[in-house]
Amino acid sequence: MSDQIESVEDFRIRARAWLADNMPKLDPNKEYNTNRVADREWVEHRELQKKLFAGGFAGLCFPKEYGGQGLTPAHQAAFTEESLPYEMPLRLNVPSLGICSGMLLDMGSEEQKQKYLRGAISGEIILCQFLSEPSGGSDLAGLLTRAQRDGDTYVINGQKTWSTFAYAADYATCLVRTDWDAPKHRGLSMIIVPVHDPQTHLNRVRMVDGSDEFCEEFFTDLVVPAENLVGTENDGWTVGQRQLFYERQAVGGGSPYVSGRAPSRGNAAGLSIENLARQVGKDKDPATRELVGWVHAQDVVNNQLIKRITIGMTSGEYPAMASSMMRLAHAEIPQTKQDIMFDIAGDEAVTSVPEGDGYLRSIGVSYLMRQGASLGGGSSEMSRNMISERVLMMPREAAADRDVPFREVRRGR
Amino acid sequence: MDLQLTEDQKLFRNTTVKFLETEAPVEKVRELNKAGGGFPPEFWAQGAELGWAALLVPEDLGGGSISGNGFQDLVIVAEEFGRLVSPGPLLPVNTVIAGLVEGAASGPDHSEAIEGLMSGESIGSWAAYEPKGHWDPLNPGTTAAKNGGNYVITGVKDRVEVGDVANVVLVSAKTDSGVALFLVPTDADGVTVEPVDSLDFVRNYATIRFDGVTVPAEAMVGTEATSADIVERMFQVAITLQSAEMCGAIDRVFEFTVQWAFDRYSFGRPLASYQALKHRFSDMRTWLECCMATTDAAVKAVNDRDDNAGRLASVAKAYVGTKAVQIIQDCVQMHGGLGVTWEHDCHLYLRRTMVDRQLFGTPADHKRRIADLIGL
Repeated sequence: MSDQIESVEDFRIRARAWLADNMPKLDPNKEYNTNRVADREWVEHRELQKKLFAGGFAGLCFPKEYGGQGLTPAHQAAFTEESLPYEMPLRLNVPSLGICSGMLLDMGSEEQKQKYLRGAISGEIILCQFLSEPSGGSDLAGLLTRAQRDGDTYVINGQKTWSTFAYAADYATCLVRTDWDAPKHRGLSMIIVPVHDPQTHLNRVRMVDGSDEFCEEFFTDLVVPAENLVGTENDGWTVGQRQLFYERQAVGGGSPYVSGRAPSRGNAAGLSIENLARQVGKDKDPATRELVGWVHAQDVVNNQLIKRITIGMTSGEYPAMASSMMRLAHAEIPQTKQDIMFDIAGDEAVTSVPEGDGYLRSIGVSYLMRQGASLGGGSSEMSRNMISERVLMMPREAAADRDVPFREVRRGR
Repeated sequence: MDLQLTEDQKLFRNTTVKFLETEAPVEKVRELNKAGGGFPPEFWAQGAELGWAALLVPEDLGGGSISGNGFQDLVIVAEEFGRLVSPGPLLPVNTVIAGLVEGAASGPDHSEAIEGLMSGESIGSWAAYEPKGHWDPLNPGTTAAKNGGNYVITGVKDRVEVGDVANVVLVSAKTDSGVALFLVPTDADGVTVEPVDSLDFVRNYATIRFDGVTVPAEAMVGTEATSADIVERMFQVAITLQSAEMCGAIDRVFEFTVQWAFDRYSFGRPLASYQALKHRFSDMRTWLECCMATTDAAVKAVNDRDDNAGRLASVAKAYVGTKAVQIIQDCVQMHGGLGVTWEHDCHLYLRRTMVDRQLFGTPADHKRRIADLIGL
């Protein structure tokens, strides 16, 4: 068998034929990519992922020994382009494949990779992250959930929140504190935990736009095998950093491990900003045309930025933290777009009109969640710290918890 | 600021930088400004020797590129022009050359004019604006009346870069059968040149009157049928060179402003240690990267004559034009009162980017053009 990688063009042709024979076409009458995920999607997307896996088109950039295809980001980009007319298992992209699987590939043991990474690629398992806690968002390393070693198990107590899609996941990569006498970054460990367990109580968190894709979890003496530790005990921050790298990359839109792209908001026909302008009868208005052109320009720039930074990081010219620039742009640019769409949509964005189709109002509802873009996956303020301190090498912020045993760090007034 | 330059292109950049730093450092730009602006003829002649006007010329006419991608090579020079606010007709000469090369397939031969421009002996510029008119090069008030084997051109063009010293100008005019481009020598009878300065320290312009200027039919570039395509090509070349030059300018301003933030102490600590300022630097750094990313993409598309080149060139001009002046104004703010003094270099860069931003279509013009191009 040859180790030579198939050319992108040959691969594209093969993928096009396979997609046409195997994947369902997008249905123009069906809703896609709404901010609320229908329960049926989880069932469907697992099945779609299994189909991709059986056809040899799952996990294109993951190594073959873990169920992937060992191909390049260029192959993945070609596959995504070819997949646009079809339904794809998009819900499994982030966090399961783009974030958790990427981290496990780099940091997991051979057994963990065979079980969880292969499981995620084959559609058998969905992974999620248990990272943030209610006591602190940006100060992730100050987390309080504790894991106590007990023989060949860990016993976990504490609380996590902002875990996207946890209700639909099977396992979570959970960052916990294992040493309270070490400074905060040096007492953490990453442990794979089951999501659905009698010792874990899970709630869905309702957001201002009515969506409830985030969850919170309460652990009371949750027992997991010690072999679920990723990396070494108390080196969880290194593991977590790797996971955060994939999070920035995935949230910024530059992950090689995600496949397919969502049709634009609404139905498969895509109610773009151009269509919005037409719908409200402002498509001939020069001021509106200027705004539409500006939104288009910024969308294009956002993608060009991802491409450029990916090149820079791959060649080693840019540090890994350069991904924070993608993260920052990926908040600012969609927010500008939301502002402009809300403006163009006008009065029907805030009231329901009897003969309307609800689309204009959905723009108003999305606007309620505008700040989500600069909060999820690390706030824009943290990205700005990263860029200034790790790209521009400016002095770091003062911290009262540096080199202090975590036990002694103040956690309230 | 392509991250994937070839070794030859890197060498070309180094040669360009060395030459510019020696022959036209910023102090020299200030001296030129004091003396009325413009560029020293010998400076441009030397630049032409380095190939600055040959990169868009086909090899059979004596031109040639460094990498096989002449426009990408030319952009390297434009970026370095931005980094040093350099003098010289890089944009106008190359834009005219792009037009002449483009017109060769359909219209009269202009290889002699191309050779003159390429060697630096002749200076050319695209006379595209008319008084009180906004950017609308395909709708000239200037006319060209057919008279036997000649055309008689009448009208006024303004905001012609290097118009004060140009030997030839490319003029769009209405004929009986449409709009055509003509290459007109500025020493022809009936041509009057009135120099005009600009906000830029060394970039001079002119208003040029054509009072019944007779040119032979061979002065036409392309034909009425191809003039729109030629104008589009020149337009793409011009605005992408502007975007590249603005990238060079903001790259340099950001660089010395970051350095300033490390060196300047207030309340016993460097400016670079204040989070309020660090965050602004992070925003600027991100916008700078966006500017470079979109310019890279436009350069490649224009170089490759991609079907999307017009749209991508306008995306870059709209974005970079908007952000470049914003970044420099923020950098001025970081310098405090010093930033608005004549002595500090900030304003040289601000001037250059303001001129690049406003001419050949403002960002607003380009945003509306994008709306046209995406079919709204």
